[in-house]
Amino acid sequence: MAYESPDFYGVDELLTEDELLVRDSVRGWVEERIVPDVAEHFKAGVFPLELAREAGELGLLGASLEGYGCAGMGDVVYGLICQELERGDSGIRSFCSVQGSLVMYPIHAFGSEEQKQKWLPQLAAGTAIGCFGLTEPDFGSDPGGMITTAKPTDDGWVMNGAKMWITNGTLADVAVVWAKTPDGIRGFLVEKGTPGYTTNDIDGKWSLRASVTSELVFDDCHLPKDAILPKSVGLKNALMCLNSARFGIAWGAIGAAQACYDEALTHAKTRIIYGKPIGRFQMIQHKLVEMLTEITKAQLLALRLGRLKESGKLHHTQVSMAKRNNVAMALECARTTRDILGASGITDEYVCGRHMANLESVITYEGTHDIHMLIVGMEITGLNALGNE
Amino acid sequence: MKIVVCLKRVPDTTAKIKPAADGRTVDPQGVEFIISPYDEIALEKAVQLKEAGTATQVTVLCLGPANATKELRKAMAIGADDAVLLTEDRDFRDPAATAEVLAAALTELAPDVVFCGWKAIDNDSATVAGMIAARLDFAYASFVVGIEGVEGQNALRVRREVEGTEEQVLVPAPCVLTAQRGLAEPRFASLKGIMKAKRKPLETKAPADAENASDLVALQPPPPRAAGRILGEGAAGVPELVRVLRDDLGVL
Ligand SMILES: Cc1cc2nc3c(=O)[nH]c(=O)nc-3n(C[C@H](O)[C@H](O)[C@H](O)COP(=O)(O)OP(=O)(O)OC[C@H]3O[C@@H](n4cnc5c(N)ncnc54)[C@H](O)[C@@H]3O)c2cc1C
Repeated sequence: MAYESPDFYGVDELLTEDELLVRDSVRGWVEERIVPDVAEHFKAGVFPLELAREAGELGLLGASLEGYGCAGMGDVVYGLICQELERGDSGIRSFCSVQGSLVMYPIHAFGSEEQKQKWLPQLAAGTAIGCFGLTEPDFGSDPGGMITTAKPTDDGWVMNGAKMWITNGTLADVAVVWAKTPDGIRGFLVEKGTPGYTTNDIDGKWSLRASVTSELVFDDCHLPKDAILPKSVGLKNALMCLNSARFGIAWGAIGAAQACYDEALTHAKTRIIYGKPIGRFQMIQHKLVEMLTEITKAQLLALRLGRLKESGKLHHTQVSMAKRNNVAMALECARTTRDILGASGITDEYVCGRHMANLESVITYEGTHDIHMLIVGMEITGLNALGNE
Repeated sequence: MKIVVCLKRVPDTTAKIKPAADGRTVDPQGVEFIISPYDEIALEKAVQLKEAGTATQVTVLCLGPANATKELRKAMAIGADDAVLLTEDRDFRDPAATAEVLAAALTELAPDVVFCGWKAIDNDSATVAGMIAARLDFAYASFVVGIEGVEGQNALRVRREVEGTEEQVLVPAPCVLTAQRGLAEPRFASLKGIMKAKRKPLETKAPADAENASDLVALQPPPPRAAGRILGEGAAGVPELVRVLRDDLGVL
């Protein structure tokens, strides 16, 4: 295997044999299938669709779910998958997060047996693709304000409204859409090709370019009765999906940071200025040490988070703390690496610029950096500063 | 047809090897270990033969430290049916003693085909497989790059790499084959494979008695390379380069 991650505190020793096997397998796949071409995909603004099926064959999609063709492994395994994928690119990890945590998880947790039988095996195999529509053009951090509605009719539902910033939108065979009904916010499965349902890609992105981001439009879109996720009873179910995805993001960010740190370290040892490798200057060492220290802290935070989740003790505010810390940490590493690389850092021959651009999305989606701060703030003070009382 | 693949756990190809304090062994601190790449190719081919219905069982055999269970689980995740770990009790075992204990274990396993990598990438001795064949009195073919099929009673038609060309040989079972690059492209272990591997049998036992025929005296890193010299950049550097090649080194 060609890649060894920085592991200053021997965190690997805290992983089980299975976890290491998965980590190494995904790492090998990322090294062979993502790292070589992802800069080209980013430049072209395309998601490499063939990777979906390969990820499915490896069992990376919905890896912690039981049954229906899913691998049924632990939460730390899911975290490690995200970490390795995001070392390649945040866009590829986003695909996997959406498919596993935002589409397969709600179908698994809130779907009917028929919905599970129909969708989970295909989604696990990567032969079908899913997306998750919660955010709207006018409702981001406050999704409860959504205006998309699903009104009951004699034979089903009629949906009207729009969803914005939806990862995998135009690619998706099935969309998990959250809409207001007379009984509050519920989840629906909307299949590609349903009359009244259209999708458009969002152009002009300079972040997450190797991932598809779209708008979903519902214009008198008629859905059958069984389109509803029967066990979804409110916005809290959508937030449960986000919690699962954020957990993965807290791990994924470490991968992006590690990729940047490696690049910075190599450059620091090989770039000669004033007759010395720049790594011999104190300020460069300071930057490298700060990066590695923050990565190490993030690793331990994520691992503890994983063990809490596995033992059923996880609180969502703990996920908020880890998502917030680790993504900001990764973004800082990307920026510092860009700086250490000098002019080289601005080209796509190096990974730091792409990671930096990607992480600008990651720090916003799944709850912005500040929203997570307010969630933790509310937890410790008991006072709500979010403004949604 | 029953296949046994001999696997060695070795430091990763990119690991920076440092001698341990004893001056004889590798310091494992911070080193990642992997299945030796040629052994992994052999394993992949064996699993493919099983998937194609040619082989009925694939067992992996390893002489290694107690934590080599990770590499054996990986082999079972890739598709081996079961595994045997001979737990190493020495800090050094020479190729002759290695072949002796593997041969003893193989006698019990009674395979039709023994698959090894042509060498393990740590010690590079490239002798163990041949010695196993000699000890067991099995047929032997090295540097196998293809298996064309089974002919008659359990004879394998294999393609071997030879200088500048390839030859096809008919090797009667029981036999020992060594894998060369090109025989198969190792796959990545899938999560389902890893889950299945947890339930596959992994037997751990002590290796048979065997004397070393030679001893390891010291492990030394090669002397550091002298720093290079930059003579100039682009076309401007050419006159100086020519001068050095002609006058200083006398090669022009
Ligand atoms: C690439 C990408 C992919 C995405 N994929 C999906 C997807 O698949 N599905 C989906 O549903 N959504 C998706 N999103 C949407 C994402 O979740 C939202 O962008 C995010 O929730 C923030 O919403 P917003 O963009 O409307 O920002 P806003 O909510 O308008 O926030 C703007 C700013 O105001 C701040 N702010 C907001 N409220 C408060 C407050 N109460 N107190 C203090 N500050 C506040 C925020 O922190 C932020 O800095 C994606 C976004 C991106 C960029």
